[in-house]
Amino acid sequence: MYSLPEDQIEVVSAPEPGGAGGLYRAFGETLRGLKTTFARMGEGVNTLQYPEQKVPVYPRFRGRHKLHRFEDTGLEKCVGCSLCAAACPSDCIRVVAAENTPENRVSAGERYAAVYEINLSRCIFCGYCEVACPFDAITMGHDYEMSDYNRQDLVFTKEMLLAEPLERTPLRAEGE
Amino acid sequence: MLADAFYYEPWWMQIIKAIVVFAIGLQLVPLILLAERKIMGRMQGRYGPNRVGPFGALQPLADIIKLATKEQFRPRTAIGSLYVAAPLISILTAVAAFGIIPFGEVNDIFGTKTGLYGLDLPIGPLYLFMFSAIAFYGIMLGGWASGSKYSFLGAMRAAAQLISYEVSQGLALVGVVISAGTLSLTGIVHAQEGMWYIVPQVVGFLIFLTASFAETNRAPFDLVEADAELVGGYNTEYGGARFASYYFAEYLNVLVVSGIATTVFLGGWLIPGIHTPGWAQPFVVLAKMMIFVFFFIWVRATLPRLRYDQLMSFGWKVLLPLATLNLLVTAIVVSS
Repeated sequence: MYSLPEDQIEVVSAPEPGGAGGLYRAFGETLRGLKTTFARMGEGVNTLQYPEQKVPVYPRFRGRHKLHRFEDTGLEKCVGCSLCAAACPSDCIRVVAAENTPENRVSAGERYAAVYEINLSRCIFCGYCEVACPFDAITMGHDYEMSDYNRQDLVFTKEMLLAEPLERTPLRAEGE
Repeated sequence: MLADAFYYEPWWMQIIKAIVVFAIGLQLVPLILLAERKIMGRMQGRYGPNRVGPFGALQPLADIIKLATKEQFRPRTAIGSLYVAAPLISILTAVAAFGIIPFGEVNDIFGTKTGLYGLDLPIGPLYLFMFSAIAFYGIMLGGWASGSKYSFLGAMRAAAQLISYEVSQGLALVGVVISAGTLSLTGIVHAQEGMWYIVPQVVGFLIFLTASFAETNRAPFDLVEADAELVGGYNTEYGGARFASYYFAEYLNVLVVSGIATTVFLGGWLIPGIHTPGWAQPFVVLAKMMIFVFFFIWVRATLPRLRYDQLMSFGWKVLLPLATLNLLVTAIVVSS
């Protein structure tokens, strides 16, 4: 008689459907299914009541972008180099640079971004802009609630990106 | 007791009775709608509707208002008069069938002898099958008159499915009718005073229940409106109040089938060992009906939809022979 090697297991194929045996099995399996669904009723729910409760995001979650300033001087980190725009695969960043002057000093570098727009309706949240930036001026935030009624409202300007975002998204705690 | 069968009340009592029966019956439909969504939600690890009103209790009301205020849309290819009439046929037959469910025997209400049912016909089950046969037209005409291929496919499936399963359903009931020796539904209940028919007629009960799922187009036999392949089946092109009528008719049919199963197999208002007082009889019947309604919901949350050929072969190759055999055995046992 053929015996299986120890490192192999026997594959049990399903019994033939149909016939009296098949009917009996179908009936039994139906009862088993009913038992399963009935038992689920006592287990409570896994639903988060979304607008009130939110799934906490991980620290490296890539949400809406943020632009940063130096904390001590208050100058913008962005120097208008357009590397983020160059790295962007969906071409959603628009940067127009201008020279810093002694009277109007906006950024720490030679130039600053006079216009910095991100079209969030095109952004794919890949995070390449964050990687490309030599001054860590742009990072991906945690905000993911960006629905709007108007496409135009999804083009975020520099002021909107620089502003301290409303902390609408809970951050996942350590080890959660 | 049987002397009270086929008793007719004074005309004013009949009108009051009709209003009460249908007021209660039609109020049950939104409750079942809500219960279905809540219970199925729990079985699937979610809440179900819980936003409108306390615990989502006003959700059916919100749905009804939404549907009733929607535009009465009609496709250009639809056949006007039939398209309008089809949902009416559906809801009319469902309501008419609801009238024969006995909620209690003949009782004294303020000195007037009143049967706690809409009608006690000497041909109870035949009346039921008559109206479920006419209810096909509601679905078939609706699907056909919509002038849409999905509706048409749904209607054709409905025709085949309902006709196949009505045979088994009828044969399952005939076993009980033979045992009881009467076609009156109150008579059938009175015949169960010794023992509910679910015990001697357990095979017939299972066949009736299975066929009822197909008759009411409920999962796992809801191929008529299989959303995954037919968009919505026969009611694809319906919206607003007409869609609501179809929906309403479906759930009313569930109630009717539950009521018939309660009457025929679970002894109606009878509880073994206890004499049910007249005022409690409707509550007993309603409680038993709710058991069936829960079972309908439970099965819907459990079983996947059958394939069409499986549905047909199950109906003709399994249910029908089984129902015939059950009928033969019952006939032999009763006559010997």
